[in-house]
Amino acid sequence: MTTTATAIGTTQVYRVYIKTTPQAIWDAITKPEWTERYGYAGRVDFELRPGGKYIGYSSEGMRSMGAPDVGVDGEVLEVDPPHRLVQTFRMVMDPTMAAQGFTRLTYEIEERKNGVTRLTLTHELEGAPQLAVLMSGGMEDQGAGGGWNWVLSGLKTLLETGQSLDPAGHQ
Amino acid sequence: MVAGMTDDDLVFKALADPTRRFLLDLLFQRDGRTLTELEGELEMTRFGVMKHLRVLEDAGLVVARRSGREKLHFLNPIPIQLLHDRWIGKYRERYASALINLKTELEDMA
Repeated sequence: MTTTATAIGTTQVYRVYIKTTPQAIWDAITKPEWTERYGYAGRVDFELRPGGKYIGYSSEGMRSMGAPDVGVDGEVLEVDPPHRLVQTFRMVMDPTMAAQGFTRLTYEIEERKNGVTRLTLTHELEGAPQLAVLMSGGMEDQGAGGGWNWVLSGLKTLLETGQSLDPAGHQ
Repeated sequence: MVAGMTDDDLVFKALADPTRRFLLDLLFQRDGRTLTELEGELEMTRFGVMKHLRVLEDAGLVVARRSGREKLHFLNPIPIQLLHDRWIGKYRERYASALINLKTELEDMA
């Protein structure tokens, strides 16, 4: 998949302004002690080099409901800390989503004025309609979390206040 | 960001216009559209649509990305989520807790 081949309707873009440093956002995305405190609350394991492995583990709560240990897997494609991270991303927890294969995530972290940092997440979801529904929050009422909107709002709250938005997981 | 306006001000201002809400709904139905596609859905000049998109971008509700020679517009739902958390969820909670207090008082009287 090339960057110019963004198919209309299959890419999702999320942007959030956070009163924090680019390094803090980078750490919150790539370090397990941070990822277990917001969003899907699973620990991550990043090999931060091109070709490195990415594993997203299921949270304790999800495992207690029967989820497998590994929820998401992928490969690291580009690493430029603390500004840019590109990786592939495949939900393996659900067989339909697993069969739809790898999608592509790009995190762009830019320092703005007055101690604010802008995080833009682009998720290229060509060929993965089920994951697209999940990540846009369309399965929240089935207890599957609110997607990226919910994950990134939680990230903002955590970095700005030190509090988890929704420590119990989700409503 | 416009000087003197908070993020919430920009989002409320952007949402306080039916054309801009219509543009958001169009992107909600199908994301990542060009100006030309959006313009085709509106009885308005290209310049008018550009101005509205600019207000939506300033509020963070729309993010424009280049894809080859095209500029695609994406709906960013996060400002609406934050506005909900700050301005709507709170008041719903208060309404609920007022009802709970009423129940407690009535039961104490009984």
